Amino acid sequence: MNLRALSLFILVVVVNGIQGQPLSPAAPLTVLSKEGRRPLAVTLVGDQEFVALDDLAVLFQLTVREETLGAITVSYKGKTIVLTTDQALASVAGKLISLPAAPVRSGRRSLVPVEFISRALTTVYDTRLDLRKPSHLLVVGDLRVPRVTIRYEALGTGARLTIDAAPRAASVVSQENDRLAIKFDADALDVALPQIPAQGLIQAVRVADAVSIAVDLGPRFGAFRATAQPLDAASRLTIDVVAAQTDTSSPGSPASPSPGSPGSPTAAPSAAPLPDLSGVGQSASAIRTIAIDPGHGGDDTGVVGSGGTKEKDLTLAVARRVKAAIEGRLGIRVLLTRDEDKKVPLDDRSAAANNNKADLFLGLHASASLRRGTTGAAIFYAAFDKDAEDKARASLGTERLPTFTGGSRDIELLTWDLAQIRHVDRSEQLAHLLEQQFHDRVPLSPHPVERAPLHVLESANMPAVIVEIGYLTNVDQEKQLTANEFQNTLVQAIVDAIVKFRDALDADRGTR
Amino acid sequence: MTSRRALAIGGVVAAACVLAWLLFVGLPRWYGAPATGRAADAPATAPTPPGRKIKARLYYVSADGTRLTTVERDVAYGEGTVQQGREIITAQIAPTAEPLVSAVPPGTALRALFISDRGTAYVDLTGAAASAHAGGALNELLTVYTIVNALTSNLPAVTAVQILVDGKEVDTLAGHVDLRRPLAKDLGWVQ
Repeated sequence: MNLRALSLFILVVVVNGIQGQPLSPAAPLTVLSKEGRRPLAVTLVGDQEFVALDDLAVLFQLTVREETLGAITVSYKGKTIVLTTDQALASVAGKLISLPAAPVRSGRRSLVPVEFISRALTTVYDTRLDLRKPSHLLVVGDLRVPRVTIRYEALGTGARLTIDAAPRAASVVSQENDRLAIKFDADALDVALPQIPAQGLIQAVRVADAVSIAVDLGPRFGAFRATAQPLDAASRLTIDVVAAQTDTSSPGSPASPSPGSPGSPTAAPSAAPLPDLSGVGQSASAIRTIAIDPGHGGDDTGVVGSGGTKEKDLTLAVARRVKAAIEGRLGIRVLLTRDEDKKVPLDDRSAAANNNKADLFLGLHASASLRRGTTGAAIFYAAFDKDAEDKARASLGTERLPTFTGGSRDIELLTWDLAQIRHVDRSEQLAHLLEQQFHDRVPLSPHPVERAPLHVLESANMPAVIVEIGYLTNVDQEKQLTANEFQNTLVQAIVDAIVKFRDALDADRGTR
Repeated sequence: MTSRRALAIGGVVAAACVLAWLLFVGLPRWYGAPATGRAADAPATAPTPPGRKIKARLYYVSADGTRLTTVERDVAYGEGTVQQGREIITAQIAPTAEPLVSAVPPGTALRALFISDRGTAYVDLTGAAASAHAGGALNELLTVYTIVNALTSNLPAVTAVQILVDGKEVDTLAGHVDLRRPLAKDLGWVQ
């Protein structure tokens, strides 16, 4: 038997072996490009998905040739990929690329694993090819196709949809009769839809069109509130839905916010009461949203260490870590008052926390001293003098104001720059919990808890502290503050303190 | 008759002399001492007697860098509370040599100082107070309370201090301490 005959024999055995497995059609890939969307047929062999080379040739203007000895060449603008029918490999310019399976024959057609596109074809093609296998999408070119993941949570008598889009994509929510429409600023969406249990508030979440998602509302639906916030590499849209008023008064449902509940005006009964959205999720925990304020930014660098470390960069890096840890481990929504190197006025920082109804405000700063030996972290909470407190008490009151949907609400009024006064005790409690958790983990100042008239804290309408994580003016501490290990320890201590604080709030609420 | 008339004229002249002495020499000597604590709003026009000094408590950064420490120093005498306040602040923000370290940024100068009827002193500093500040919340607190405590602990007529920069109200010096309102004496920042 000569060599050619031997090769043919092996080829026949291999192909027959593969062809012994059943070939069945599978859900097609959707090819998204500037020209629109079109399907690309997929064939299932065993549990491996294959696409036909001649379909790829038409789609991407490839030249496919079947050579002798079972070789297949795929060419595009002078660049060639060589496939061998019995090997799970492709060769591009002498470089071998592994594939999950060897090519197979289906009648007169050659099929290749879908991964051929992302592993081999993308190396010779002149336009970006982004294969998203779980969602059966192939994105051609620089289209904006964010991955959209949606989580559903039942919260008391309400519900929350958390919709993350990565990379970031702005969205608009509108109510159209018995559904909410969420339209994204994108070319297309790569959506993973959640399972929605039957509860009468939200019937289903579905894809409405190429760039929109629809939330079908159930008979118990009363009102919704949508809040957008940027994450590290994604944007998050949180939609809280509450049941109609007749439902919220049922026994066991969460009450309206307790007196002094952080961040929300107190809603008193009125002629046409609205469902109180601030109560959504309250049964789960007293802390649902945390505002983290990385100090300084933009041309306000803050302290600059002798090694060149800028306070604005350090605080942002630590803030991002704290955010990731809180969201990942505690499932609490975290808002950063700035997520880039930009200057944010102090009032805007506390306004962001107040407007997003944050339940806790955590400022992050680094320290400076004119004495180079000074080291250690300190936690600050707000101080007010007696005149200011008297003024705040005098200004407290309520006023009945009309709402957008008719009716009216009693809105509690207080001076903006004295909003912190009624939260000072809680802020002090949080400061001491942070001190306890820092103990033995994070070097502390000789005065670890300080009370001072700090501007950004005074307008915060929730428990609020600033953590000065250490001194950039001390050479050794500057190195320590920028080290991964220290930052991880610091973040863990902060998260532990927040857990203790949340537990204390929950316990107090339970005994009230 | 002539001698009686001369005697009467002499008496009137003598009485006028005594009255003039009382008015221009005696009374000012008996009641002319400055009334401490009552001159908050008195115009500071009287020249400072050369070489006259008072003892004043000034504040500098403590050795551990986390508090202020008190140093009693001779400060030029100022006629009235306003002028004395200016002398105290001028001495407080003057450059220092080791071992003293001032929490007030170098280059800072006093532009003006006024005191209201209610005892609030307005201390107008040059822009270096903010632009040359090294930053840090505690460091900024030490700067602010150096000024506040220097006035309130040496001048009983001053009950609070508001710091201005280049003639204007400011939110903060370096992004932390609220300067939108007058601040009262706080010796908690002093060792």
